[in-house]
Amino acid sequence: MILPSLIMTLIVGGIASWIVARRSPDAARWIALVSVMVDLAMCLGIWIMQAGRTPERWLVECNFSWIPQFGIRFHLAIDGLSLTLLLLTYFLGVMAVLSSWSEIREKVGFFHFNLLWVLAGITGVFMAVDLFVFYLFWELMLVPMYFLIGIWGHERRIYAATKFFLFTQLSGLLMLIAIVALAVFHHQSTGVYTFDYQQLLHTSLSPRAARLLMIGFLVAFAVKLPAFPFHTWLPDAHTEAPTAGSVVLAGLLLKTGAYGLIRFVLPLFPGPLRELAPLMMTVGVIGILYGAVLAVGQTDLKRLVAYTSVSHMGFVLLGIFAGNQIALEGAVVQMVSHGISTGALFILAGLLQERLHTRELSQMGGLWETMPALSGAGLVFAMASLGLPGLGDFVGEFLVLLGTYRSNARLAIFATLGLLAATLYGLRFAQGAFQGPNRHHWKLPDMRPREWAVLGLMMICLVWIGLYPHPVLHTIRPGLAAAQQIAFSQEMVRR
Amino acid sequence: MSHADFVALFPLMIVSATAVLLMLSIAIRRNHRTAAVISLIGVAAALGSLPFASSVAPRQVTGFLILDSYSFLYMAILLIASVFVFLFGYDYLNRRQEHREEFYLLVLLATTGAMVLAASSNFASFFLGLELLSVSLYALIAYIRTERVAIEAGIKYLVLAASSSAVLLFGFALIYSESGSMKLSQFTAITSSTGQTSSVLLLTGLMLTLTGIGFKLAVVPFHLWTPDVYEGAPLPVTAFIATVSKGGMFALLLRWFHPQGEGLAGASGLVLSIIAIASMLTGNLLALRQTNVKRILAYSSIAHMGYLLVALIAGGTLGAPAATYYLMAYLVTILGAFGTMTTLSGSRWEASSLDSYRGLFWHRPLVAAAFTTMLLSLAGIPLTAGFLGKFYVLTSGAAQSRWVLLLTLVVSSTIGLFYYLRILVVMYGRPAEPVTIADAGTLPLPLPATLALAVLTGLVFLLGLYPTPLWNVIVEATRGLG
Repeated sequence: MILPSLIMTLIVGGIASWIVARRSPDAARWIALVSVMVDLAMCLGIWIMQAGRTPERWLVECNFSWIPQFGIRFHLAIDGLSLTLLLLTYFLGVMAVLSSWSEIREKVGFFHFNLLWVLAGITGVFMAVDLFVFYLFWELMLVPMYFLIGIWGHERRIYAATKFFLFTQLSGLLMLIAIVALAVFHHQSTGVYTFDYQQLLHTSLSPRAARLLMIGFLVAFAVKLPAFPFHTWLPDAHTEAPTAGSVVLAGLLLKTGAYGLIRFVLPLFPGPLRELAPLMMTVGVIGILYGAVLAVGQTDLKRLVAYTSVSHMGFVLLGIFAGNQIALEGAVVQMVSHGISTGALFILAGLLQERLHTRELSQMGGLWETMPALSGAGLVFAMASLGLPGLGDFVGEFLVLLGTYRSNARLAIFATLGLLAATLYGLRFAQGAFQGPNRHHWKLPDMRPREWAVLGLMMICLVWIGLYPHPVLHTIRPGLAAAQQIAFSQEMVRR
Repeated sequence: MSHADFVALFPLMIVSATAVLLMLSIAIRRNHRTAAVISLIGVAAALGSLPFASSVAPRQVTGFLILDSYSFLYMAILLIASVFVFLFGYDYLNRRQEHREEFYLLVLLATTGAMVLAASSNFASFFLGLELLSVSLYALIAYIRTERVAIEAGIKYLVLAASSSAVLLFGFALIYSESGSMKLSQFTAITSSTGQTSSVLLLTGLMLTLTGIGFKLAVVPFHLWTPDVYEGAPLPVTAFIATVSKGGMFALLLRWFHPQGEGLAGASGLVLSIIAIASMLTGNLLALRQTNVKRILAYSSIAHMGYLLVALIAGGTLGAPAATYYLMAYLVTILGAFGTMTTLSGSRWEASSLDSYRGLFWHRPLVAAAFTTMLLSLAGIPLTAGFLGKFYVLTSGAAQSRWVLLLTLVVSSTIGLFYYLRILVVMYGRPAEPVTIADAGTLPLPLPATLALAVLTGLVFLLGLYPTPLWNVIVEATRGLG
């Protein structure tokens, strides 16, 4: 019962903070903070409890009948992969609430309602093992996110929100067709309607059908990730969203795409996977280089960070399709550390915008003089983003490159070039904003205790993953191994 | 006619008797509330008689009407829809100083017509029901006589509906001359004749009949009247056209064109597929540039009829239940949408321009939340009725491998999402200059409409979350089709 209560806490908390906000906006903020923290505590509890046990397929599971005519069950289950991403979700959730504490002043209640409901949708996505339920939560993330961008966003918020919604909706519907078709094929071969993940794993498909269905899933996840040609919604949405929205988008929503690839595409379609893997890896490398090069050219701070996300997600895509355990583990570590480092960069951008009222890099410069602490934090996260050893992102990228080198050395070399470009944009950001003379004569307050707490915690996590990634790797390993085994079993044998 | 036949006819007779009773009561003394109460009681009695009537079903009464569980299911749907039309109409008419009582009379008659359509098994009863429905609608559309758009819409509908009836009659004549039979069941034979080619006369007759049916359903290319009539008609009447009128006609189409086993093939399958694809795309594309919410919903209704046709064409064991479920979800949603618009309308204007919704969420959060629910359901977002309906349609289509139709559905409903979002954007945007708001904001929310709206919002979520009991009923009722 602990899994539905994770979702219910957020849903109820969201409604409560909406109602309370009429009386006092601060109470709404506290309610939101407490409900996310309760979830974080529950997840930490599960994590600590399972640490000593021998891993089963699912750590926690719950299963109710819902629409029996189609074999749809409200089936939630988590393994190490889901658990890690849930921990990330609530960690960033707390950060998102804290970072919007002073930024959001209008319609506070409805804001936190939407924020918590997005988190609820993300929670559901990470837990659902019934494909119908998965789709349900997949779509459920959209509407509150749309409102977050569309109501509290910046100048071109309507355009960005609509574009985001349309992209994800079209790709989502294609996935729905694929899900339904998969269930129908299963029905035709076995006579049983079911949307259950583990039963559908054993559906026998003709190669052509498998390829088409895989494309249906792939498009949805590639848009969310986003992979190279489908990324155009991302810079707009990330730039226009309020800080909390950017944090949730970059830190969590993108991860749902990668999670979907690992959880569903890899094990469901082992056959076409082998054909498409080189293509997808190439797309990943293109994303790495393209995102990095575009990031170098940006003048808008949030846009710059957004393009770095495209680049980093290229690494994730590369790792997922590289076809070996190391790269896959690297991809997941990259997901977690990218969530934290990019989330922190967006929070930082929010702090700067709150103080400077601009996101233009050309308006900044020499901020170290007036805000040494904030600038120092900025430098740390910029270094994390460019993959400095000792910080989380490095571990992920290194593992991905290591694994990729085994399966495709040429692509690994090209991907490494992306790190070079990353150095450029990382230094450009750090230098342009913080170093040099204070040409605009800014006199600004430095970080407040609340902001210290947020960025400090994120820094600690990054250093932890960078220096001692073992707990994360240990947690995700069994779940990934299960996905990996089905997907690349033949290849493993060959090697 | 035996005793059991009478029992089976109870629902129809009660509604017609209520109309007569209402006419008498108007003749004695005009009173808006009395008229509303009489009609509501009559419709409630008809609903209450359905269980008794279905206890003697299935039953073929006099060669004109077939009364089985399918007919009764659709009668229930139509009657419930008309209850909501009454509730919204009551408030609407209360604000407008017009002759109010005849509205109920006409709606009762039109509902009777739609119910006859759902139960008809013969050309004659088909035409009878159709004309009863159409003639009442002519008057209903032009009900607000002080408004020029209403008159214009009424005339438009009159001319087009009359000519489509003529086309329909001609189709009947052609079929009759070839087959010598007036039974609607021959449609099933013509459409499902696999391989052997039907005669040209039969096929032409069938196409002409489809023209008449397509006109009432407002599918492309027979949709031209829809936006104008939706815009010109008073809001409750628009809701009535969108629900009862289309629902009755769709019941007939689904019953007699529903293919057994395999999906629709041959000429009729091709034609219906083209109609479905054209409706989905045209409806959604034309809605993109509208700025009048009534017109947007008109075009969206064209697209929704296209989605319905997908399930109909797919057929199989899932087709008819999926289509019925989708129709119910759509009716609940669109009633809610028009209901919201009714509650927001003033005494001299209707809340139909997009601007009248500007910032609605910030001064009337609950009404805006209800409208949001309806729009999201129309767009097919999960947890709402519209999503499950779409899911069932997709499943029925996938079961019969109708991939082209399904892809069109997906692409066009994404296009559709765009204009639903446009309305949402306006509703959640910054409030406009306070002139219109003061007007809309000071209007008290009328009790019956508020209740109806709350019920409909609840139904949208219920149908979206817990479809099991209803789905079982629908599957049971549609099992004997064909």
